[in-house]
Amino acid sequence: MKNTLNIAFKEIKGYFTSPMAYVVALTFVSLTGYFFVRSVDSALSGANFPEASLRDMFLQISIFILPWLAPVLTMRLLAEEQKMGTIELLLTSPVRDWEVVLGKFIACMTFFIGALALTLWYVLMLVWRGNPEVGPLLSGYLGIILYGSVGISLGLLASSLTSNQIVAAVVSLGALVLLSFLEVAANQVTGLSSTIVAQMGLTTHFDDFIRGVIDTSNVVYYISMTTVFLFLTIRSLEARRWR
Amino acid sequence: MGLTIGQTREWGSITMAVMVEARELTKYYGDFRAIENLTFEVKKGEIIGLLGPNGAGKTTTMRIITGFMPPSSGRTRISGFDMVDQSLEARASIGYLPETVPLYTEMTVEGYLSFMGSIRGMTSKSIRSRIGDVIESCKLGDYQKSIIGKLSKGFRQRVGIAQAVLHEPKVLILDEPTIGIDPIQVVETRQLIRDLAGNHTVILSSHILPEVSMLCSRVLIIHQGQIVAEDSPGELADRLQGVERLEVEVQGPREAVTMALEKIRGVVSVACSSNSEDRNVYKIQARRGLDLRPTVSRAVISNGWSLLNLQLISMSLEEIFLKLTTEEQI
Repeated sequence: MKNTLNIAFKEIKGYFTSPMAYVVALTFVSLTGYFFVRSVDSALSGANFPEASLRDMFLQISIFILPWLAPVLTMRLLAEEQKMGTIELLLTSPVRDWEVVLGKFIACMTFFIGALALTLWYVLMLVWRGNPEVGPLLSGYLGIILYGSVGISLGLLASSLTSNQIVAAVVSLGALVLLSFLEVAANQVTGLSSTIVAQMGLTTHFDDFIRGVIDTSNVVYYISMTTVFLFLTIRSLEARRWR
Repeated sequence: MGLTIGQTREWGSITMAVMVEARELTKYYGDFRAIENLTFEVKKGEIIGLLGPNGAGKTTTMRIITGFMPPSSGRTRISGFDMVDQSLEARASIGYLPETVPLYTEMTVEGYLSFMGSIRGMTSKSIRSRIGDVIESCKLGDYQKSIIGKLSKGFRQRVGIAQAVLHEPKVLILDEPTIGIDPIQVVETRQLIRDLAGNHTVILSSHILPEVSMLCSRVLIIHQGQIVAEDSPGELADRLQGVERLEVEVQGPREAVTMALEKIRGVVSVACSSNSEDRNVYKIQARRGLDLRPTVSRAVISNGWSLLNLQLISMSLEEIFLKLTTEEQI
């Protein structure tokens, strides 16, 4: 575990020694800020019942931000190690493969949660000017963190498969978009197959969280997806030894 | 384990602990056989050199010994730990410098060393004190806070060596440690390796022969994935000499001297390189295992000529190497 934390700590520091962290955080804040202002604006001006919530922002983060944020945060993590050959030192050190993968995952999640924490500012504004429901806010944050963990573990898997960061980013972006659109794709078929396709989609399981419902099946879905991707990443790292 | 080794050393026993044991290592990349049936042992305190042309299987061998990749068949043990069954313990005893020095270019020298120390299970206190030591021994003092990406090739090499010795590993594995750095740094790096030799067991690979004979107590020559010779540099030269060679300078008529020398028992051929009439240098090739110096000097003097110089030429490792790697049989 100590190794995991050492690797996580090194990666977090790595984010901040490059312009990456700042560019990503800035973009993240600008976009969420825009989504927040737009949702407040439409709630106040529209015919709808004005509602103080972050519902729209969570939805937009899941659809428009995570598909690029997760690849950008993860593309370097394992691809760069392979390109620079540092993987050779890492894997010949007395460190287990899963400790490497978990450390990188933790680093990435920490950064993501840190970026999310910046949106707490909007919550403060809602509390100041309105009377938001706490339940949907909490479940929304939980949902987006779980959603993010799938994206990040998928990004890590893509990064472990290649020594080219761009390839890693494109692969995870494509896979994430595909997983997000499965809910829409499910409409094209009927019956049982429709249910199956829809249930595999990332967005299908997200709506409940936004509505303030924490359903165990949704939590299990996100956690098991994350676990599977992390497991495959570890396997892919092990497979490198056998090539 | 450490204690046992310590005792062996203390008692000055002749049987030193075996630190690296490679048994029948074979590695295939697809259909290509990179190494075949490599078996060798390295004892505590030894410096051995893996010598061979590019593509001979040196790097593959080192990657297997360090546990970076498994062999297709065969086993390795590092300081008594099996690389498969006790991988973490085995890896903990190794300091490794791969051929392309693997560095996190965005980190500072200090930050990098401290990270490398931490994933090798060092405490932060020992990391701090050891960083001071290796920075001094690798002469990195002025660059402690520099970003690695901005260092020159030679300094990066030093950082690479620094990380390899940081945790005071029992076994040090250096893949082409002096490749691609300038001559002065090469000399310094060799000195550094020699300084380390006392406390560590070192395996280094090289395709530069003088380097290996300078540094190593034993040489393994690898060619096409197989060990074609294994000995000390000196012994190797002896053993591999198919012929003994003498160089003799004689004052006397060229043709007569040549004929007299050729008549000596055991002489295979005589060649005269210069062509002055009465003072020449002759190169004599004699059958292996014969020291012809007494016979040659007597032959020259009994003919009334003057013997100006007589010496045995030992074959340089370069020639051996060339010979080894161009011939099928030794």
